[in-house]
Amino acid sequence: MKSTDKAAIELNHVSYSDEDLDIIKDISGFLSEGKITTFVGPSGAGKTTIFRLLNGLISPTKGDIYLFGKNIQTMEPTALRRTVGIALQDATMLRGSVYKNLAMPKTLQNQELEKEEAAHLLTQVGLDASFLHRDVTDLSGGQRQKVSIARTLVNRPKVLLLDEITSSLDRVSTSDIEQLIQHINQKFSVTIAWITHNLEQALHIGDDTWVMMNGELVEAGRKDLLKNPADSRVQEFVKGEWQ
Amino acid sequence: MSVLNLSLSLIFVLIPLILSKTLRLGLEKDTFIATIRSIIQLIAVGFILTFVFESDSYLFIILMVALMIGAATHNAQKKGASIKGIIWKLILTFVFIELLTQGILLGFQITPPTAQYIIPISGMVVGNSMVLSILFLNRFTSEIQTQKKETELLLSLGGTPKQAIHLPLIHSIKASLIPTIESQKTIGLVQLPGMMSGQIIAGADPIQAVQFQLLILFLLLTTAAVTSIMLGFLSYPTLFNERMQMHKIKTDEEN
Repeated sequence: MKSTDKAAIELNHVSYSDEDLDIIKDISGFLSEGKITTFVGPSGAGKTTIFRLLNGLISPTKGDIYLFGKNIQTMEPTALRRTVGIALQDATMLRGSVYKNLAMPKTLQNQELEKEEAAHLLTQVGLDASFLHRDVTDLSGGQRQKVSIARTLVNRPKVLLLDEITSSLDRVSTSDIEQLIQHINQKFSVTIAWITHNLEQALHIGDDTWVMMNGELVEAGRKDLLKNPADSRVQEFVKGEWQ
Repeated sequence: MSVLNLSLSLIFVLIPLILSKTLRLGLEKDTFIATIRSIIQLIAVGFILTFVFESDSYLFIILMVALMIGAATHNAQKKGASIKGIIWKLILTFVFIELLTQGILLGFQITPPTAQYIIPISGMVVGNSMVLSILFLNRFTSEIQTQKKETELLLSLGGTPKQAIHLPLIHSIKASLIPTIESQKTIGLVQLPGMMSGQIIAGADPIQAVQFQLLILFLLLTTAAVTSIMLGFLSYPTLFNERMQMHKIKTDEEN
């Protein structure tokens, strides 16, 4: 993250409170366009809340968020959510087939997803086209996550938010997903923000890193900051000594 | 029916009281209160109806219907306390359904425009509408909770609130309508409807009683469908703000 990097998303003194509880506290910073930024920090640090703010599922109590220079509060919510896609840890599926799930972003716009396009999307995320007519209840955790990512990609988002998408997957599935995300990032120049509790993953996959604690952005910069953090709390966190 | 005969009907209250006492069900107090309340309420309604029928004034008819709508709203609103402005939504639904049904009945001269017809039919319509509202609100608030992730998923993919809430809304409307439709399928086979039985006991021709009962059944079918759908479409927008974000829903326990 250099000052010369172009910002895909910029947060300007953003705070978020829920029922008098301060969840996000005065965060300013930006996500570089076309880069992968990992979000690390202990549970309850506010990482998922930041993603919900970026996707427009909630609005900041204070401050502004800009998407390619435009204040998201002035954007049509549906347009914002199609531009900033989100894939969640539990990969929520809608009842029915894989195709029904993949087609949903188009269905919501009263459009149809061509079967060929759906099959192509599946192969892009590493699944065989024969999965198209499978019921989602027959999918493994890794397969669900891949379908969830493919479904988000149907909207052709410019920013992709990934919330601990590999936390419940085995090593092979995790490696598959990591390669997939790097491929999406490089091929489509999609800006990626990725919450992970795995510091090795953050060092391995990301370009930049945000370290969040207790609702604050404690450190932000190139991923190497995790090897030699300046903040004493981050040092403790990296060593696994943070309480 | 003589006063002596009516007094003898209290035997039917004594039986559950004795059973409750013997089996220590602890329902004696509630049974006693329910009996006293029903006696007082029904006798009062009897006098009020006599007065309204004799006065032959539309003002009293309107007042009676307004009273019914008020009581129905009071009862049903507890189940929808988590929905903003539920009281006005219920009043609007009950008033609309009353105007619709009476408009058809009186407009096509199916029933005469007298208190003897308007008030009992209004009672059945508003009462049925109230039960449907409770069934709908109960199901809808629980569907919103259980389908929260799916609703947010559809919003996050760029769906509108109407698209995101479509499934919980349709499930709730369907679920609330099922008892009305199912009970109509077996009517006459398992039980004779109360109104028809009353007419037959009072000496009416059974065929005429059946005709009138059919009218009421069809009326209640409309009441059920319109109540659930109208209340559903009035309620769902209040679950979202202008940024198409879901409001936090408080459960019944939290309210």
